[in-house]
Amino acid sequence: MLDEILIAGFGGQGIMLMGKLLACGAIYEGLEVTFYPSYGPEMRGGTANCTVVISDNRIGSPVRKFFTCLMAMNQASVDRFTGSVKPGGVIIHNDAAIGSHPGGEDLRFINIPANQIATDMENIQVANMVAMGGLIHVLNTVSLDSLTNGLARVLPKHRHNLIPLNEKAVIKGIEAVEKGSDSRELR
Amino acid sequence: MNGMNIVSQKPDAMTDVPFPYCPGCSHGIIHRLVAEVLDELNITKKAIGITSAGCSVRNWRQFDCDMVMALHGRGPSVATGLKRARPEAVVFTYQGDGDMAAIGTGEIVHAASRCERITVIYVNNGVFGATGGQQAPTTLLGEVTTSYPSGRDPRTSGYPLKMAEMLSGVSPDSYIARVSVHDIKNILMAKKAIREAFLVQMEDRGFGLAEILATCPTNWRLDSVQCMERIEKEIIPHYPLGEFSSKRKEAHQC
Amino acid sequence: MTVKKKDNRALPGKTLMRGNEAVGEGAIRAGCQFFFGYPITPQNELFEYMARRLPEVGGTFLQSESELSGINMVFGAAAGGRRCMTSSSGPGFTLMGEGLTTLATAQMPAVVVCVSRAGPGLGRISSAQSDYRLATKGGGHGDYQCLVLGPASAQELYELTYKAFDLADRYRNPVIILSDAILGQMMEPVTTDGLKWAEAPEKTWVVRGKGNNPRKVIKVAPHTDQELIEWNRNFKKKYEQMTENEQRHEALYADGANMLVVAFGSSFRIALDSVVRARDEGVSVGLFRPISLYPYPEEALKRLLQEGASKLLVVEANNGQMVEDVRLAVCGAAEVIHYGVGGGYVLTPDEIYDEIIRFDRNGRHQ
Repeated sequence: MLDEILIAGFGGQGIMLMGKLLACGAIYEGLEVTFYPSYGPEMRGGTANCTVVISDNRIGSPVRKFFTCLMAMNQASVDRFTGSVKPGGVIIHNDAAIGSHPGGEDLRFINIPANQIATDMENIQVANMVAMGGLIHVLNTVSLDSLTNGLARVLPKHRHNLIPLNEKAVIKGIEAVEKGSDSRELR
Repeated sequence: MNGMNIVSQKPDAMTDVPFPYCPGCSHGIIHRLVAEVLDELNITKKAIGITSAGCSVRNWRQFDCDMVMALHGRGPSVATGLKRARPEAVVFTYQGDGDMAAIGTGEIVHAASRCERITVIYVNNGVFGATGGQQAPTTLLGEVTTSYPSGRDPRTSGYPLKMAEMLSGVSPDSYIARVSVHDIKNILMAKKAIREAFLVQMEDRGFGLAEILATCPTNWRLDSVQCMERIEKEIIPHYPLGEFSSKRKEAHQC
Repeated sequence: MTVKKKDNRALPGKTLMRGNEAVGEGAIRAGCQFFFGYPITPQNELFEYMARRLPEVGGTFLQSESELSGINMVFGAAAGGRRCMTSSSGPGFTLMGEGLTTLATAQMPAVVVCVSRAGPGLGRISSAQSDYRLATKGGGHGDYQCLVLGPASAQELYELTYKAFDLADRYRNPVIILSDAILGQMMEPVTTDGLKWAEAPEKTWVVRGKGNNPRKVIKVAPHTDQELIEWNRNFKKKYEQMTENEQRHEALYADGANMLVVAFGSSFRIALDSVVRARDEGVSVGLFRPISLYPYPEEALKRLLQEGASKLLVVEANNGQMVEDVRLAVCGAAEVIHYGVGGGYVLTPDEIYDEIIRFDRNGRHQ
């Protein structure tokens, strides 16, 4: 198996944390994984993105140009990266942040109203964890337990009190996508 | 040899190797003063000297303590690494003005600003000696050198650098003094300054630097006596002697 | 839905680590107690890791005013017998050339890390392998040589850095870890518990004040021509020993392959995808990865030529640097072409795959 995932959004949305958490989850699954961030002045303000490659084989390039999955946390990321998703790939987008879908060939679009769910939880900061829930549900590579095991590793110690909240957000995300209310194929 | 007493001899901290320097050069006097201080403070066994590029690169043969050769200007950085690695050692650099005030300016400024616990013996003779008499950062205005044969003109090559003054401005915890070795009285004062520059390190009070005005008969094209007179008449008026920074024990405590 | 009981043991010793940090931890594990360096992207995570980690193990971190000064501090700490390290990227690594030749001349063990970015000049912070020549062929003056290692994963960055300290002490010579922006920035699982905690071995030549022993002098200038002749003779002997004993490589699918892709570091990682795909489609292609970049693992490469490889595709993220070493190693016994671009663009597996196919069918000039 090979998952090539691009997570993209605004700086401040916790994009890097999502990537690292997913990578940690993959380690708990006993899989090979690489995480590659945008770095340096690239990530000063504006956009942020990272690549996570998960495989049961030795991983070649940590840098990818095309992806099996795009997790888009804002509209700019959908616009910019839809063309980088491989045929048959999936685009998960943070519904509240996104206005329109550009056309894509043989792509699956999945909405997850992460911002809305996080707002309902009275903590917009966990929108990324809601999205994470949607992402792992779609990928079906990293289990909920493996993912949440990783929280203690990627969150700094002084944030460990927030682990239960983050877990709850992940579960909400999984449930939202499970309902499958807004998943459709575009041709 | 009945009735004869030894009144003066080579310091223990000095080897038997003859000096390689030109007649009238101040390095010999300064080497001896450093060696006398090593003896008197009883630190030869834990001293590590660092040589620099220039005439004094050969002084690893003169001091009877552990020695490390550094490349041009890097002495203070090598000394920093060594002192951090071996805090129990007494680390000193011996650097000329071409070495310390030109190519090594960055290193000395930052070693001084860190108040690194090292001792710097800075020998200022206003000229690149080993390479054949080119202009140093310390060369006086109007002074003729092989690189500026019509004399130093501030519009083309700047003003003489006053390192002791400059470094005292960036190094609060330090002992920094300028001395000279052109006559007996000054030689005695120079020794005191060198001693204090070591003590400030040993007592963990700060960074120590003794700037010593020195001669270069070969490149000044003067004989020994004329050299000493030149220091008195021309050099000291531009490079005043004295202490520019003095972190005394008492001051440290209060 | 609930989260099951936590397994906080994690997988034994496996940690998600940035490549730069893996270097740092490898150094700490090897007993590195001193780090001197200057900030430059993309190596800052290593620098900051050492700033955090060294005080925890009783070590010393010092931010120097320049790379020039930093590597000379390394000289001092090495002369004092400690395990020590500095790191930089291209523009700063250039400044270290003076220090590297000094360390090699004084026979000081030290580890120097170059996390390459795209050059020339100030270049950009994106990844490239354009410091290959600088690391393997010099950077400083005179007949000196550093051992150079080229890791290709976070695990290897960790292990080879650890190994580098041993090699540095064994040969009394600086060892360079040649990483790059991709390797430095990426994160991968690293197993740290395979290596024992180490510390610097006792060294007889260390200066620490002579005590009651004869004094020691660490020299970078010989006193006579005769001494210099001896020095250079001994250096030559040492470098020959390195060449004999320290060649390291990895060969994948290489036995009997007609074509070998030769690549190190991040380019190897990218080319791995290309080679796997080409093999799936029936192309007789293998992969050869030099792990030691100096000495170049030419014996292994020559052996593979004897087993049938006749085409070597050298893939590197520069305009053709390592290809020189490949040509020297094979000495005309195989067709060697270079494929790569200088900084600013990272080759994709597809592009390398296309080049493999072209080379397989036609050779160079078609």
